[in-house]
Amino acid sequence: MSVRPKIAVIVFPGSNDDRDAAWALGALGADAKPVWHAEPTLPRDTGAVVLPGGFSYGDYLRCGAIARSASIMSAVRRFAAHGGPVLGICNGFQILCEAGLLPGVLRRNRDLEFVCRDVAVRVERADTPLTRRCETDQILTIPVKNGEGSWYADEELYTELEQSGQLVLRYAEDCNGSVGDVAGVCDEVGNVLGLMPHPEHAMDPLLGSGDGALLLASLVDAAHGRVLSGTTR
Amino acid sequence: MIDLGEGEAVCFKVESHNHPSAVEPFQGAATGVGGILRDIIAMGARPVALLDGLRFADGDPRFDRAVGGIGAYGNSVGVATVGGEAVFDDAYADNVLVNAMCVGLLPADRIATAGASGPGNLVVLFGATTGRDGIGGASVLASAELGEDDADKRPTVQIGDPFTGKKLIEVSVELVESGLVESLQDCGAAGLASSLSEMAREAGIDLDLDRVPLREEGMEPWEVMISESQERMVAVVRPQMLAAVEALCDRWELHHAVIGTVTDTGLLRASWVREAVGEIPARFLTDECPRYRIEPRPPQPSTREPSSSLLLGLDAPALEQALLELLGSPNIRSRAPIYRRYDHLVGSRTVRRPGLDAAVLRLRPGYRGLAVSLDGQGRMTRLDPRTGGALAVLEAARNVACAGGEPIGLTDCLNFGNPEKPEIAWELAEAIEGMALACEALGVPIVSGNVSLYNETDGRAIHPTPVVGCVGLVADVRAIPSTWCEGDLILLADASPVSLAGSEYQARYGEVGGRLPRLELGAEASLVEFLWRAAPSCSLVHDVSDGGLAVCLAEAAIFSGIGANVEVPEDARAWFGEGGGQAVVACAPEQVDRLGGIPLRELGVVGGGRLLGIPVSELAEAHS
Repeated sequence: MSVRPKIAVIVFPGSNDDRDAAWALGALGADAKPVWHAEPTLPRDTGAVVLPGGFSYGDYLRCGAIARSASIMSAVRRFAAHGGPVLGICNGFQILCEAGLLPGVLRRNRDLEFVCRDVAVRVERADTPLTRRCETDQILTIPVKNGEGSWYADEELYTELEQSGQLVLRYAEDCNGSVGDVAGVCDEVGNVLGLMPHPEHAMDPLLGSGDGALLLASLVDAAHGRVLSGTTR
Repeated sequence: MIDLGEGEAVCFKVESHNHPSAVEPFQGAATGVGGILRDIIAMGARPVALLDGLRFADGDPRFDRAVGGIGAYGNSVGVATVGGEAVFDDAYADNVLVNAMCVGLLPADRIATAGASGPGNLVVLFGATTGRDGIGGASVLASAELGEDDADKRPTVQIGDPFTGKKLIEVSVELVESGLVESLQDCGAAGLASSLSEMAREAGIDLDLDRVPLREEGMEPWEVMISESQERMVAVVRPQMLAAVEALCDRWELHHAVIGTVTDTGLLRASWVREAVGEIPARFLTDECPRYRIEPRPPQPSTREPSSSLLLGLDAPALEQALLELLGSPNIRSRAPIYRRYDHLVGSRTVRRPGLDAAVLRLRPGYRGLAVSLDGQGRMTRLDPRTGGALAVLEAARNVACAGGEPIGLTDCLNFGNPEKPEIAWELAEAIEGMALACEALGVPIVSGNVSLYNETDGRAIHPTPVVGCVGLVADVRAIPSTWCEGDLILLADASPVSLAGSEYQARYGEVGGRLPRLELGAEASLVEFLWRAAPSCSLVHDVSDGGLAVCLAEAAIFSGIGANVEVPEDARAWFGEGGGQAVVACAPEQVDRLGGIPLRELGVVGGGRLLGIPVSELAEAHS
């Protein structure tokens, strides 16, 4: 039986990479549904949620600080609390941190400049809904493009996250001053994930790299698994 | 707008925002980007790429601010900034140039027009509210020379709001896609006065200025009419569609108001709380506006030509040392620190990123693509405006062809001094003539453009600077040239003679002057055609431009990470000469016979870690 698992791509005013994310997920076999920020609920049978990159509400305040209060975020919280896979990319990661769904905060890059380039990213854990198609220590080439992508946690929190295995991806090169070169994290349970690099822009060697497809295909697998097990809501 | 076949069309335009950027570089550059984006969405297209032509004096702190402004706007609205140029020359010390180009895509059967039609249709203003910002932007700033009181003009610079700009893009594209509007027009220079007169010239518009949503109290009707508040669009809407239009604006939380109706009087009439405050036949503001004649006159030939030793740069260091110095010079060194500050990937179309000649955007879901480039000529145009105009067109076309794109259309921005001065008028007329001749030779039209005049401060004008954007159609983005490989043959394709006159080499080691060699336009056009036809068979194709052949070869080696054994005659003109069209082509030996077209000169073979006697690592370090 071939089922195209439904993945909700949340569209905030100011989201920029929502169409790219939907296109990428569609190319990987998902049924990507744009969901407007003002909606009170997710579509029926949603198997995973993606918060895309961009500048939600212009990011005129702290990045993601307004989007976390959007109407749809209550539904995303409920979905996450029931174990649903939730992925935040770039601005989506910032929103999940602001919403308290992911640990740490994102600060201005060390050089205080926006940076758009390919970076090498190392997979620290290959057992999450984002990384199951990868191998531990695998190096992926995926672009970053942000001004506030330097992840920060104080020493105590960092040690705790490292011990609990929540640091999923690290830069394999000097990138932006992130503590521990962290590029992506997950929550305690492991179903909510965020990363600064953009897997949706690394879907095809024609675009510079196809490595991002490994991450998004893992998410599509997770959504698929949820649909098959009948746990979507 | 140009039909691309397969149901797609492309539209593009370049525009200047020079005077505002001189006075307030961050906002000036940001609103330059916002303005050109609205021009493209007014055509009913979705913007997919931005390019920026920047000209400053070396070391001017305003350059960094302008780059910041472009990034702040372009990155926020989610349109990829994929190219442009950064030129440093003291001629732009007072009058900086910030030119912005936008490329948009739309279905070929959907064309939004700027004209109003159908008496009784409604004129709807949507987007940001209207305030006193930017009042006089077009008249006070853009149409006068700069001078000592520039700081006082800062309030005439508009302030950008990219978040509203982003919402405006989404609403406008959806309005056109859903067929909810008859026409769209952006509010740019001179605000409502300008956009409504363009809309009203075929029909007529009655305007209720008091209905315009304002952001401050006590504004006079004339201020509302010419305010240049950013992020506003005007649509003509059939009454039965109004509710749907309003609902869409509400969904995106944009202000909107019916501010008038279309008539058949040919008049642009404005009222304020039912009291008439203005009336003019719209044509007086568009086709029949007052014109003045200017008498072009060539400047007096300079009495003091630089000595030949200065023209030839005889005091320059050895060729190898000069190559390293040129590679690290402000006009040639790597542009990565600039374009890394721009999101050049959003849209997931960028199959060739900024860095070499032209970027290429894929036309998903197929494999065709668009190559885009923006190029200008200042120093050369100063020496010979007719040749300079032609060079700007040819270089843009060659860059696109080097990426495998067949040039299909051009757009131009003419940055000049005060045209009321006969010498400047002559430069302008000559440059336009040169551009026209080059376009004719190429058989490619200029489809849009903009002028920026009065680029003078205290009587000193900039270099006359025609800037040309080119869009080319790439048949298959999987066959774009990239890096040369070990064993490839390196060939030179050329069209017209090169010289040191006006070159980077001359500017650095001598004094700019001399006569530009005559361009062979027929051969130049053949070169462009050869390049885009040969590109799919080549591993690398790179245009020879600033710094001449030696710099071109060095850039190719740095880009590819491998050197070459090449033979170039040991003289400055052969290494660093500019002007005539030249390109370096590399391909596997068995491919050479397939290139055909024009005579090629073999320069050498790819391999090894050196180029022209210098380790590639050393070249790369100088260039970084």
